[in-house]
Amino acid sequence: MADESPRRALGAELVGYRNRPFSVEVEKGRLRLFAKAIGESDPVWSDDEAARAAGYPSLPVPPTFLFCLEMERPDPYDWFEELGIPLGQVLHGEQAFVYHEPCFAGDVLRFEAEIVDVFAKKAGALEFLVQHNVVSNQHGVRVAEFDRTIVVRHGS
Amino acid sequence: MTARVVPRFDAVAVGEQLPALTLPPITRATLAVYCGASGDHNPVHVDIDFARASGLDDVITHGMLVMAYTGRVLTDWAPPAAIRRFDTRFLAVTRVGDVITASARVVEKLDDAGSRCVRLELAAVDQRGEFKTRGSAVVALA
Repeated sequence: MADESPRRALGAELVGYRNRPFSVEVEKGRLRLFAKAIGESDPVWSDDEAARAAGYPSLPVPPTFLFCLEMERPDPYDWFEELGIPLGQVLHGEQAFVYHEPCFAGDVLRFEAEIVDVFAKKAGALEFLVQHNVVSNQHGVRVAEFDRTIVVRHGS
Repeated sequence: MTARVVPRFDAVAVGEQLPALTLPPITRATLAVYCGASGDHNPVHVDIDFARASGLDDVITHGMLVMAYTGRVLTDWAPPAAIRRFDTRFLAVTRVGDVITASARVVEKLDDAGSRCVRLELAAVDQRGEFKTRGSAVVALA
């Protein structure tokens, strides 16, 4: 059941809210920096020759990087502001990926996001929002889907 | 090192542990580089003034960085294209100075839409043994 306490930030009316779809090219430079950021030193993620030697057309996209690409919009938190979600009180609750096809540098990926669930726990002290993303490539092939669950914490 | 070859289904046993990965302590520099590389510029991860104004003692690590460490355990074992599903629940915040160990264990052998797969149970713990994440993955094998 939805909680009715006044501190509640998220309402059931948010279900169905969609971000404007957007597309982004997977860039080699970003993949190299991402590999560095996660301490990944195997050249297959950063060196074209090593990637091709491993049988890939170009640098492969690491498993969690689709989440990052979704944040490549000019302001990835614009919808928080629009929906009144307080950024400083937001935690990442869960993240779930389903992969259909591998992605590589040079791919142009399109992201379509929709809020699919909103619910509260602990008498509204914690609120949850689930956003479902569908990712397709430049050939129109659905390559992956992922669910991002955010938690809004209230009080201290 | 990232796997180049898909593990053989028949050679994998339920209960098998994949090689775990222990990372260097999280520093503010770790978070700054991840902030830029990931595109997640939420200031709660890099700006201590913002973190304090939000009621936290200090900046907190991006949950997705911890998930990425777990992803490295997977891709060290099987090539990235073999991963079918990968999910994580974030259980506790990771702080500056924490030392994360990511691990995975085979819990099930299954048929997923006609291909032979394993289900893995995943976890990331800190130096005190506190669970930061738990999760699961499904990987297609040869």
